[in-house]
Amino acid sequence: MQPSLIAEGIGKTFTLHLQGGVRLPVLSGLGFEVQPGECVVLDGPSGAGKSTVLRAIYGSYSVDGGRILIRHDGAMIDLASAAPREVLAVRRRTLGYVSQFLRVVPRVPTVEVVAEPLLATGCPREPALERARSLLARLRLPERLWEVPPATFSGGEQQRVNLARAFVHPYPVLLLDEPTASLDTHNRAIVVELVRERLAEGAAMLAILHDRQARDAIATRIIGLAGMDRAA
Amino acid sequence: MSAHDLPLLEVRDLAKSYGGLQALKPTEFDLWPGEVLAIVGESGSGKTTLLSCLTGHVPADGGSVRFRSSEGAAVDLLQMAEAERRLLARTEFGFVHQNPRDGLRLNISAGGNIGERLMAAGWRHFGRIRAEALAWLDRVEIDRSRIDDLPRGFSGGMQQRLQIARNLVTRPRLVLMDEPTGGLDVSVQARLLDLLRRLVAELDLAVVIVTHDLAVARLLSHRMLVMRRGQVVEHGLTDRVLDDPQHPYSQLLVSSILAA
Amino acid sequence: MSGAYNFAYLDEQTKRMLRRAILKAVAIPGYQVPFASRDMPLPYGWGTGGIQVTAAVLGQDDVLKVIDQGADDTANAVSIRAFFAKTARVATTERTAEATVIQTRHRIPERRLHAGQILVYQVPIPEPLRFLEPRERETRRMHGLADYGAMHVKLYEDVARMGRITTSFAYPVKVAGRYVMDPSPIPKFDNPKLHDCPALQLFGAGREKRVYAIPPHTTVESLDFEDHPFEVQRWDRPCGLCGSTESYLDEVVTDDRGGRLFCCSDTDFCRERRDSNRMDEGR
Repeated sequence: MQPSLIAEGIGKTFTLHLQGGVRLPVLSGLGFEVQPGECVVLDGPSGAGKSTVLRAIYGSYSVDGGRILIRHDGAMIDLASAAPREVLAVRRRTLGYVSQFLRVVPRVPTVEVVAEPLLATGCPREPALERARSLLARLRLPERLWEVPPATFSGGEQQRVNLARAFVHPYPVLLLDEPTASLDTHNRAIVVELVRERLAEGAAMLAILHDRQARDAIATRIIGLAGMDRAA
Repeated sequence: MSAHDLPLLEVRDLAKSYGGLQALKPTEFDLWPGEVLAIVGESGSGKTTLLSCLTGHVPADGGSVRFRSSEGAAVDLLQMAEAERRLLARTEFGFVHQNPRDGLRLNISAGGNIGERLMAAGWRHFGRIRAEALAWLDRVEIDRSRIDDLPRGFSGGMQQRLQIARNLVTRPRLVLMDEPTGGLDVSVQARLLDLLRRLVAELDLAVVIVTHDLAVARLLSHRMLVMRRGQVVEHGLTDRVLDDPQHPYSQLLVSSILAA
Repeated sequence: MSGAYNFAYLDEQTKRMLRRAILKAVAIPGYQVPFASRDMPLPYGWGTGGIQVTAAVLGQDDVLKVIDQGADDTANAVSIRAFFAKTARVATTERTAEATVIQTRHRIPERRLHAGQILVYQVPIPEPLRFLEPRERETRRMHGLADYGAMHVKLYEDVARMGRITTSFAYPVKVAGRYVMDPSPIPKFDNPKLHDCPALQLFGAGREKRVYAIPPHTTVESLDFEDHPFEVQRWDRPCGLCGSTESYLDEVVTDDRGGRLFCCSDTDFCRERRDSNRMDEGR
């Protein structure tokens, strides 16, 4: 089988110019592959660079070296060297991301926030909103909140909005950053169910997941990140 | 190749000096249809000079600004005769000023303000012009009953929304915006940002937006140019520039604000 | 005393300068040509632009007619006529058909003008775009680039507020398919007479220092909307004096008890019709 995501020799060092140019090495020579249907969990102590890996793959962080190959529209494309609009195209159709923070325009109703990724792929408005509603229902977000902007929601409610956004479109590759952190047991079970369904459909996932139960339920493989200071 | 595969705007070596001061050092970037590019930097960084050179309000010293018109041919805006450039400006460009008073005719009704570009484009049927003006008032969330009112009496947010309608009514493909949310209350800003985002997506607009507000840049733009002392010091995906700024000045800019 | 004046008051240099400006104006129909306006022995607003143009085109054999709102006998018309009678010693007339040069304020004679005649308009504000755009530099660019979309905005505002185009004086026109022009504050009733007129039409604005022209037989269109086409004023009664149903009527108060009369504003036209009515009766 062909991998959906390949990281080769990724390095990342932050240079803090405002602190006299201090250099903070976080990643060096990191490599791994994720196959379709796999959920690879990044493991390691806090500060080992787990979130950095997700952000580097998503493109929010640049990398100093290496390649990040992703299967996009049937061909492998290197996100580390791709032009911004190629990265945007990959994000639109191929690469989803559940971050820990919900960042949305004020005033936009929740159901539109969730439908937005589908609309961006060219999906017509009504089916997109329908799909958004069904996911919000499945994630048990009270219906009275759907037409309300999510800015004032609790942490758990915002996280479910974030999850709905990431599952509304069948991204072939998904990045999950603590997707269950603010959820109660019942909602965690729903997320586990959603993830398993998507894996069964052939999605490839890379996750940070401290929640032991959820991890046991969905991880197909675990990669340890030692952190640079220990490795050195 | 579809139109989306070709840049709408190709800027090369665009430069401008005032006397000995290089207000804009040779700058280049591309802009594709449907893409929003934010130009950020503090006052005097050259971002407004860049915008003015793009529109031709200020003559550039050199370089080229190639625009792919709806006919498909790329034309250099800097080499164009003014008559042609104005025609293009009336049909394919929009310009949203920071102060709506600079972009509206305050002694003309809201409907007249929206209708002007249609009439300039040759519309000569009053009923159709008025119907279009009403439709645009709806789109920018101004009550239809205000169509014959002078914008003088509108709130700042309403004036700004009217200015946007006035610009977009002829379905331009490129809209330049100079601090469109500056000078508005925060709650009014949010509404305007939401509106802009929706219109940009619906109309597949290409936008160059000059702002010093990084939160605005994050919400609206796909890509970002950071300018300092007339020079682009960093450019790239908006979230990458904001989350992982490389240049010392970008780091300073990002660290000077609360979470954007 | 009159020997102290040069022919038609202005010196020859000034008249030559004016003629050059007028020739340019004739060459570019509807285009406003700047000229160096001279001080005249009367205040701005009394026709200083028209008088300078008349002075520049007047020859010794010309026959001059001067009207104000269509009438030959108002103070303004009488004094301008007397001015040229004195400074140029040209013949004057009240008859439109006999005049070779007609200076007018705010009307075009009802009788169709003929080839060889010159109609000189007194113009207060020559710039049709002024109400939209206060900057002279910008209006010049708009003319230069034929950037006239804003011109319809004024008509739009009329229809939006009043349900119809209410502009009834100084109604904007497009000359020879190119320049948008203010025809001076003539009633829009007169606009159709601007079109394809056999006479030369010259416009002079003294305060604003502009002349412009419509050469004989030039196309002149009044701006309008497809669904609100240009229309002239109509009256539901004939002239109370001559019975004309085709002329522009003024409302005249006839006594202290509120008696009113609608009659032709063109006094020569009205007189001519009355004369011919009388001849018909006498026959």
